[in-house]
Amino acid sequence: MKDTIYLDHAATTPMAPEAIEVMTQALTENYGNASSVHQLGKKNRVLIDYARETMAKSIGADPIEIVITSGGTESDNMALIKTAEYYADQGKHIISTSVEHPAVLNPLSYLESKGFEVTYLPVDEKGRITLEQVKEAIRPDTILVSVMYGNNEVGTIMPIQEIGEYIDTLEQPIAFHTDAVQAYGVVPLDVETLKVDLLSVSAHKMHGPKGIGFLYVREGLSIPNLLLGGGQENERRGGTENIPAILGFEQAIQLSEAHQAENEQYLADLKQKFIQLLADSEVEYSINGDLDNSLPHIISLNFPALRSDLMLIQMDLRGVAMSAGSACSAGTIEPSHVLVAMFGEEANEIDHTVRFSLGIENTEEEIEKVVALLEDITVK
Amino acid sequence: MNENANTRVVVGMSGGVDSSVTALLLKEQGYDVVGIFMKNWDDTDDTGFCTATEDYQDVALVADQIGIPYYSVNFEKEYWDKVFTYFLDEYKKGRTPNPDVMCNKEIKFKAFLEYALELGADYVATGHYARVRRDQNGVTHLLRGIDSNKDQTYFLNQLSQAQLSKVMFPLGEIEKPEVRAIAERAGLATAKKKDSTGICFIGERDFTSFLKEYLPAQGGEMQTLDGEVVGNHTGLMYYTIGQRRGLGIGGSKNGSNDPWFVIGKDLDKNVLYVGQGYENEHLYADTLEGSDFFFTTDEEYPSEFRAMAQFRYRQEAVPVTVFYDAENDTARVEFDEPARAITPGQAIVFYDGDECLGGGTIDAAYSDQKQLQYV
Repeated sequence: MKDTIYLDHAATTPMAPEAIEVMTQALTENYGNASSVHQLGKKNRVLIDYARETMAKSIGADPIEIVITSGGTESDNMALIKTAEYYADQGKHIISTSVEHPAVLNPLSYLESKGFEVTYLPVDEKGRITLEQVKEAIRPDTILVSVMYGNNEVGTIMPIQEIGEYIDTLEQPIAFHTDAVQAYGVVPLDVETLKVDLLSVSAHKMHGPKGIGFLYVREGLSIPNLLLGGGQENERRGGTENIPAILGFEQAIQLSEAHQAENEQYLADLKQKFIQLLADSEVEYSINGDLDNSLPHIISLNFPALRSDLMLIQMDLRGVAMSAGSACSAGTIEPSHVLVAMFGEEANEIDHTVRFSLGIENTEEEIEKVVALLEDITVK
Repeated sequence: MNENANTRVVVGMSGGVDSSVTALLLKEQGYDVVGIFMKNWDDTDDTGFCTATEDYQDVALVADQIGIPYYSVNFEKEYWDKVFTYFLDEYKKGRTPNPDVMCNKEIKFKAFLEYALELGADYVATGHYARVRRDQNGVTHLLRGIDSNKDQTYFLNQLSQAQLSKVMFPLGEIEKPEVRAIAERAGLATAKKKDSTGICFIGERDFTSFLKEYLPAQGGEMQTLDGEVVGNHTGLMYYTIGQRRGLGIGGSKNGSNDPWFVIGKDLDKNVLYVGQGYENEHLYADTLEGSDFFFTTDEEYPSEFRAMAQFRYRQEAVPVTVFYDAENDTARVEFDEPARAITPGQAIVFYDGDECLGGGTIDAAYSDQKQLQYV
């Protein structure tokens, strides 16, 4: 697929060549088990420590607060299930939103089956909740609040800092988790500013490898292990460390840190260009989400003229990769719970929305080509 | 450059060997082939298992082997509205519907065809055993498949000229064993896959218990035409005219050892009529009336014409005279020889040699101008 225009970075990103290089070398040389006593192993122990420092620094945390995991899903599972179980004697009420990723929603529904009660805050038409809603939902038995940083389908950013600051003022101890998988590496995140206690991150959404990520756990918040095994990750996560992936992830973080501001600006400009070109075209469309409060790389568009699956196939056959909702096991596109939460079951947006998500390797030329194709397909 | 490369053919791929080979043959002929899996039915069970998933995985494997793009499209709503609703309604009326005919008419060669055209398709292709011939006047003729065992034109009888003009059936030119052989030679993942049997949405499940999920069954008496009660039935919809199996009554009533057959129904009284002997006279009709008669070409048919007709799948066609009412798409059809088990709800299909001319739905059967009580 040489000529593919890849606009599905919210699904996953191509790996940075530098990260591939680091990993290739690590796969060859760094095979020693970091828990071993010999030098081949111990050398890797040090490398993991350095990587952990890089991860910690990238969100303003301490290395001791980083648990390296297999990615966003494991981080979310650990944050929610283990926190809830640990604090169950203080209460069994959890607050979240109706637009979270399945990696949050499914652990929550598991917890519901175990006797926890979850309040799912509804969102407005732009996909946002307010601090007021959180305030109203908090009860004496609330132990955990989980709100995503930026939505993976429509890009809307939630008022995480406001919520974090508010919860911080409460006497009642409530753990505050944010799923930052879609935001990490795109916008700057700082756990002290945001006042979050738990934060989930994945490497493959920011040009790192798949199968690696981390969970930030604020010091003092002691939650049990999700994976029981060896004493890795300071006794918090069993399993031999995936050293090549950890080093590839570290490399991706370093690259992202080095170019953070310019990358963010580049993506925002590209998105602006996309929207401008669309506005100047004949294409009939509307934008889902909140342009004033959104991740710079995600654009969710509703095209009334065409069903989203048709749009997706048409664009794919023309070499443009993007997405629309999520596919079921038999490959068909299922209605998005995010769009349903925003617009209701019957809205036109449900089956006419597609998501474009940009990456730093995309060019203005590509965007021009894509808008021209959209015009081709939708304007008859 | 191969001219076919500029012709896009969207193939309906089910995950079976027939549609796999269809896609392969077209790809080998150089067409721009796109595979589409139609998800028409949601049978996800409590454990999250759904047969569509396995079939889609087979489509994915085969498409990858052939080297074509493939997608999955949901036609559940269309299928429910146009095929399943019809299917239940017919059973409620005591008739025996033919969902395959309806699926071809409304889904495969309507909803799916329209979808494919939106995708820029010049043609759609399926793994049906039938042939299309395009003559010099631009008319497309629907012909029986070469493999007479497999010929599926019976199920395609409702297709219009407009639909047929956009269709390709590569398998019509070859026989089923050859299709398997091609699949094996190409090493296709579906080469050894069992053919699906029965109605697609029921699959391997028991038909009676499936129907029970959707229609309340009311048991009643089985009677002879003389009113003698010989057993009980579990609901009229579970029986079809001419059926022998599953009646649960043994031979010897009135001295005869002949097996029992369903020979009629009375919906009002909820009585199933049974009679003995395969050749029971109440199973034979000389005339039928039907509706929804459509033809595969745009040729205008006279109010009376001769044709060969088939009342069931895989049955020898027999000579008939058709009295056609073009205004109402209805017809009365008189058979040269009495025909057995003319079943309301089933299709009657006309042929001229190998060409499938079209057909309609059987509504009523007559013997000696007397209507047989079949519903």
